[in-house]
Amino acid sequence: MGASATIAAPGWRDTWKHVRYVATDNPVTLGAFALFGFFLLLALFGPWIAPYDPLMSDTTVALKPPSAAHWFGTDSLGRDILSRIIVAAQLDFGIAVSAVFASFFLGSALGCLAGFYGGWADRIIGRIADTIMAFPLFVLAMGIVAALGNSVANIILATAIINLPFYIRVSRAEVNVRRNAGYVEAARLAGNSDARILALHLFPNVLPPMMVQISLNMGWAILNAAGLSFIGLGVRPPQAEWGIMVAEGATYIISGEWWIALFPGATLMLVVFTFNLLGDGLRDILDPRTRT
Amino acid sequence: MLKMILRRLAGAIPNIVGVVIVTFLLTRALPGDPAAYFAGPSATTEAIEQIRAQLGLDKSLPHQFVLYLKELASGDLGNSLSTGQPVLAEIRTRLPASLELTLCGLVLACVTAIPLGVLAATRPGSWIDHLCRMLATAGVSLPTFFTGLLLAYVCYFLLGISPSPVGRLDVSFPAPATVTGLYLVDSLIARDMETFRAAAAQLILPAATLGLFVMAPLMRMTRASMLGVLSSDFIRTARASGLSGTKVLYTYAFRNALLPIVTTLGMVFSFLLGSNVLVEKVFAWPGIGSYVIEALVSSDYAPVQGFVLTMALVYVMLNLAIDVMYGVIDPRVGIEG
Amino acid sequence: MNAEAPLLSVKDYSLEFRTRSGTVHALEDVSIEVARGETVGIVGESGSGKSVLSFGILRILDAAADVRAGAISFAGMDMLAAKESALQQVRGREIAMIFQNPRTALNPIRKIGRQIEDVLRTHTSTLQADLKKKAIECLAQVRITDPERRYSAYPFELSGGQCQRVMIALALACNPSLLIADEPTTGLDVTTQAAIMELVSELARERSMATILITHDLALASEYCDRIVVMHAGHVVESAPTARLFERPRHPYTARLIASTPSPEVEIDSLASIPGNLPDLRRNDLPKCRFHARCDRAVAQCTVGPLPEATFEPGHRVRCFNPLAYTAP
Ligand SMILES: Nc1ncnc2c1ncn2[C@@H]1O[C@H](COP(=O)(O)OP(=O)(O)OP(=O)(O)O)[C@@H](O)[C@H]1O
Ligand SMILES: [Mg+2]
Repeated sequence: MGASATIAAPGWRDTWKHVRYVATDNPVTLGAFALFGFFLLLALFGPWIAPYDPLMSDTTVALKPPSAAHWFGTDSLGRDILSRIIVAAQLDFGIAVSAVFASFFLGSALGCLAGFYGGWADRIIGRIADTIMAFPLFVLAMGIVAALGNSVANIILATAIINLPFYIRVSRAEVNVRRNAGYVEAARLAGNSDARILALHLFPNVLPPMMVQISLNMGWAILNAAGLSFIGLGVRPPQAEWGIMVAEGATYIISGEWWIALFPGATLMLVVFTFNLLGDGLRDILDPRTRT
Repeated sequence: MLKMILRRLAGAIPNIVGVVIVTFLLTRALPGDPAAYFAGPSATTEAIEQIRAQLGLDKSLPHQFVLYLKELASGDLGNSLSTGQPVLAEIRTRLPASLELTLCGLVLACVTAIPLGVLAATRPGSWIDHLCRMLATAGVSLPTFFTGLLLAYVCYFLLGISPSPVGRLDVSFPAPATVTGLYLVDSLIARDMETFRAAAAQLILPAATLGLFVMAPLMRMTRASMLGVLSSDFIRTARASGLSGTKVLYTYAFRNALLPIVTTLGMVFSFLLGSNVLVEKVFAWPGIGSYVIEALVSSDYAPVQGFVLTMALVYVMLNLAIDVMYGVIDPRVGIEG
Repeated sequence: MNAEAPLLSVKDYSLEFRTRSGTVHALEDVSIEVARGETVGIVGESGSGKSVLSFGILRILDAAADVRAGAISFAGMDMLAAKESALQQVRGREIAMIFQNPRTALNPIRKIGRQIEDVLRTHTSTLQADLKKKAIECLAQVRITDPERRYSAYPFELSGGQCQRVMIALALACNPSLLIADEPTTGLDVTTQAAIMELVSELARERSMATILITHDLALASEYCDRIVVMHAGHVVESAPTARLFERPRHPYTARLIASTPSPEVEIDSLASIPGNLPDLRRNDLPKCRFHARCDRAVAQCTVGPLPEATFEPGHRVRCFNPLAYTAP
């Protein structure tokens, strides 16, 4: 039953029914969708929502605990933490989305080629993936950003590279099992070029498992970007970013000013949690077999 | 057995080659001028040229690669710009601290995650199963650096039950005589229980932080794999033969379930070694992670390169160990591999 | 039948599985009896509940199973009320089982000798030092060539037939008084099938061990069994001594099964196959007689009223509204 759902285009009506079933059956997924929407709003309209200018420092109110004026308190320069968290959503989401999509496009292109042609293409692409996987991934990302220089673009590049193997493997496997399927043969006999067959007949099958991978990876990409910023790679102060904010708050936590690190850290956690729940939920929707 | 290890070792060679090439490329072939990089921001053009020649950067890329291999073979990872010290020596003295932390994190994760996963699998649908599912999803969502801070804040600042979360050993204790470089082991060898306890007290928070992060994938895998094995035919045979519940669960089910768990250990190590850097920063742990962060702050590239290479080699070795372990558990591997 | 109490008796046993897609009414009012030393065949097409019944007897069903009614007694012991620890004493020692797929039924990463030792250690007081010798004896009994060497083999190193021999050695290690053989020969080639069946029946005779032989091959059952029980969709529809069943089947399903079983005297194209499929056991409105939709003797009352049980002769029982009739000879 699961296989047919991915091969033949399932009626949208059925898909929608299934989505509704999963959503009502599993309120956690529904909650994750709601939270995701909320964070998306923050990312899109953050600068207009934020009550203060995220960069404006005011030393008269430095290191103030949460109050009615500053819900999440202020940091050592008197900047409003809530505003910084809201504005940072754009940057963190931006990094994650760009990185994940970059590795999605490149990874599935390489994976499709490897799965479709096999032979040398497969061996070379496989070796690339293996070489990336031979590093502890976060360490490789550190090495890349350190070599290329501290910038947001390089964080995106590094995150994209370390995610690449997952996409290559998933798409390679999907294409490989289908490359000799009847409908591919038929398309070939009808005179379609390899590129056309790959793009129109094989690639669509890769999408459903990729969706799950994307949403699981998104959380991981955010964690990675924040981790890199935390150790001083990539985004630089005074720009607002969750990882940096936690790093800035770290020095104060020992002396009891907990709010500086807590709120951005908790936000980061919640966002990643949302993506992971979403990934699990999507898996339930797209692949009912694996439900446990 | 030895033959299998050798064969695995041979299988790891392409990975090692790949790692060496990538670390080489990371410094030499990327945009930007490495000579300017190594010369520092205030260097004159002549100084940069001099360094270029000194580093062999005026030669062709393949030539440079050969030089790089020669240096590696003689154990030369270059010198740190800021301290002037050889990178290899520094990494060698700091590596045990990192390994001790990583291994303790792994042990903590294993002793909690695996029993929980087994428990969840033997009672599917129960509250403990749901709890495990929730924990597993929450666990991978934790930014390690944040959980570390939180633990330090709660255990040190609020509750006062742990020592100041800085370093491997409280300043009032002398470091135990170095045998392995692992304080826990060394203090035991020296029969110095005081130091052992102090080192353990310092270690527990960072190790728990690491452990929390990798618990999730381990628990998930344990549960899934146990569930699969428990519904397989040979478990039914074991039950039909009247073997006791514990015998069926441990000797029959668990040992088979271990196979996929051991396979996930590869991913777990990748996570562990990566988060290790973050945790070392949070707890001012004097391992190679802290070393590389200091180097990053001063744009000192040789230590970074040495660090990436060391971590990758450690990771390759750990994967090798995993392969061997798999072969020990699964008799089928020796034949097919 | 003699008046002595049967070794195993299953009475009006009903069992359901609760699944995501509904309740599976896997067994309903199943009754069978097995006397000491007797070989009883259970036949029926795939999905008729043969395996489920044998798992039910040993109480090794999975958690989704729910016993709704009935009683099972084995050698005077109430199996349904027994505690798990008591059941463990019975399993492997008194009742042993061999399974459908010998390859997957053995632990893939444990030496077969060790697997036999596990059973011996659980049920016998064999000394640790003698365990290995005893395990090798068990292997020798099932005529595995070179048992000393096979002792330390893993299942993947053996052929299917050899695995099934190991399964038999494992099952017979403690001299059980009842052996349940669940399709012991499916998946094996024809010559191996015959060899395995000969082995089982010979060992059973030697030890005067009762045997339940589960199969969908009526010809096989007729060759080895004293009595045959026919199952269909979770019901026992007919049970009779083998010769009697073949001479005068009373249930239309049995008659069709016999007609569709190839034998040397029957032309292959005169074989009648049974039309239709088993009903979906998840239905809540299963008819009283689960065969009636496929039956050419169906009458109006087949779907209503309790399924009658008729005894035609001692030991020949049929559950049918309109059984076949034979004129007296
Ligand atoms: N764990 C289970 N959960 C739900 N339904 C089950 C389960 N086990 C068995 N069943 C159902 O019980 C019915 C009887 O199955 P069983 O395995 O006993 O058939 P069988 O007669 O042994 O068939 P075969 O000849 O193929 O072995 C089937 O409809 C099956 O779908
Ligand atoms: Mg069966």
